[in-house]
Amino acid sequence: MPIKLPSFRARRDSYPPDLWTKCPQCGDMLFNKQLEKADRVCPTCGHHFRLSAEARLEMLLDDGTFRERDAGLQSVDPLGFVDQKPYPERVATAQAQTGLRDAAVRGIGVIDGQTVSICVMDFGFMGGSMGAVVGEKVARAAEDALAERVPLIIVSASGGARMQEGTLALMQLAKTVAVLERVRASRVPFISVMSDPTTGGVFASYAVLGDVNLAEPNALIGFAGARVAAGTIAQELPPGFQRTEFLFEHGFVDRIVHRRELRAEVAALLRFMRVPELYLREGTPASYSPIGALLASMLPLGNGGGRG
Amino acid sequence: MVDRLLGRPSEAKGDAKGAGKGRADGKAKGGGGPRAEPDDPKAAVWKRVQLARNLARPRTLDLLAEMADEVIELHGDRGFGDDPAMVTGFARIDGRRIVFVGQQKGADTDENIRRNFGMPHPEGYRKSMRVMEMAERFGLPIVTFVDVPGAHPGPESEERGIAEAIARSIGLMSRLRTPIVAIITGEGGSGGALAIAVGDVVLALENAVYSVISPEGCASILWRTADEAPTAALAMRMSAQDQVELGVIDRIVREPGEGAHADPRETAKRLRTAIIAELDRLAELPLDELVELRYRRYRALGPYTEVATPEVTPPASRGIADRLRDLLDPTRWSMGMPLPGSSRRDEPPAHEEV
Repeated sequence: MPIKLPSFRARRDSYPPDLWTKCPQCGDMLFNKQLEKADRVCPTCGHHFRLSAEARLEMLLDDGTFRERDAGLQSVDPLGFVDQKPYPERVATAQAQTGLRDAAVRGIGVIDGQTVSICVMDFGFMGGSMGAVVGEKVARAAEDALAERVPLIIVSASGGARMQEGTLALMQLAKTVAVLERVRASRVPFISVMSDPTTGGVFASYAVLGDVNLAEPNALIGFAGARVAAGTIAQELPPGFQRTEFLFEHGFVDRIVHRRELRAEVAALLRFMRVPELYLREGTPASYSPIGALLASMLPLGNGGGRG
Repeated sequence: MVDRLLGRPSEAKGDAKGAGKGRADGKAKGGGGPRAEPDDPKAAVWKRVQLARNLARPRTLDLLAEMADEVIELHGDRGFGDDPAMVTGFARIDGRRIVFVGQQKGADTDENIRRNFGMPHPEGYRKSMRVMEMAERFGLPIVTFVDVPGAHPGPESEERGIAEAIARSIGLMSRLRTPIVAIITGEGGSGGALAIAVGDVVLALENAVYSVISPEGCASILWRTADEAPTAALAMRMSAQDQVELGVIDRIVREPGEGAHADPRETAKRLRTAIIAELDRLAELPLDELVELRYRRYRALGPYTEVATPEVTPPASRGIADRLRDLLDPTRWSMGMPLPGSSRRDEPPAHEEV
């Protein structure tokens, strides 16, 4: 059953429009139009505001090239989870607020002439949290990259796994990483882009596993939230802890990339990271697209760690 | 860089013999079977959380010392150090050679401090990856014992890449060409647990729990107070039985008497029977099929629905309609006031831990 997406009129009535945004870093008042033009980066201090999935796709991809896939994937409530509100109600609210069905959008697009399978997350939808739908979209984006022999790009913006789906959300770490292992074995390139924030189970699964990891400046990137860390170990956290620059210094990010350079940087990397000819010709190992899964399961694997 | 120190008393044997004498009071031996549960489901699940955390609950090395004929512990990740919160090595169970991996909590405060309360650092997971790769090379099945509040969350962990270590370990286990039996023996705490819990079959002790975040962490985020932890534990359905219903855990091994702590020896005996049965079953499968079935087990986890939607057409160049929509989109307005739409982009993450 199709979901009724919110009309914009309702929101116009409830909230007065505003032309200015205050930069949380330098405190400057920024004219919204100007901010949009600068890809939501503060022209004064370079603070990177969060981007919606739509804005991210528009910024990264060649105009008009995005073809969304699996737009209809929708969360269910496997646990019957109720906290202050029932989980389905939270999902419905997030859908009304964002116009998205869940916290990730995926499809096929073109970056500077190069076709890619891309999945982008939207922090606006329940903190970008990963439940079964996000996990499935990431997995399918990886499977399409495998089947179509095109590079995989994932842009993360997430607080981690979605608590309301319990261990089934945790299992999305295993689901996505298992598919990525096959992507890796098939020599299909994977570029992970981390934006603010990339934490918890998203960081501890696909986001950290790029052949190349890119990150936007000063993004919050880490495993355990600072509150959790401080609560568990009762120890002062160093300044800049879990920021992009901290991760870069410790070797988990290849390059810190300003948003305005991101598209060009990804395109430049992709020109080096090509699926080798041999693999393109033979199309090995068997693809694992949802459609071909049954067929593929009957063929020998052709990947995995080998027997040493 | 050294796996074993010769002449040092074996930790496995030493620990477990002492523990076995101290803890197995024999009172509950041979017990088990259905027991009266508290009527309140919240109290029931919280009781299990407390049992899973019981200080006297048998740990990985205790269980191995009881069930195995031979245990040789191996140490070190070959890059940074040896993590006492994670134990790895070879063992022989009923003549079957295995590689074991597991978190190890302490039996008392001193040991807990030394073992960091069973919370591994990245080098712990890198040690287990090293040993599991070796298992594949020598054709040995892997048995993992999961009992962890969570991976260590501090700055040292982040510096050395705890997230990377967990992700790599999950990836390795998803493709290793050797049978893997994973057992949740106590606390299955999130990513730190899953990192060694990807298996062909996942067993759990009756009072073990498994969750995406600690109940205290969940409660403090969703209920704004850690006091609601029992409520969160119930909402997350973290008991082993609930996890079987969700398909995350395959089978439960009953605990004797009041729980595993009441009779570690009997617990180990029951686990041993279950492990042997699983190892024998998995040994029958060709490796290709084994790995493919494991892959499909995790690929299929997590339900969702698919609704019919019209194909989304790519936006043309930005026309007046797009700009109008942007202007009317409250997600792009902000003046520091908490508009539902605008605040969401720049507030701190709502979910902080996994």
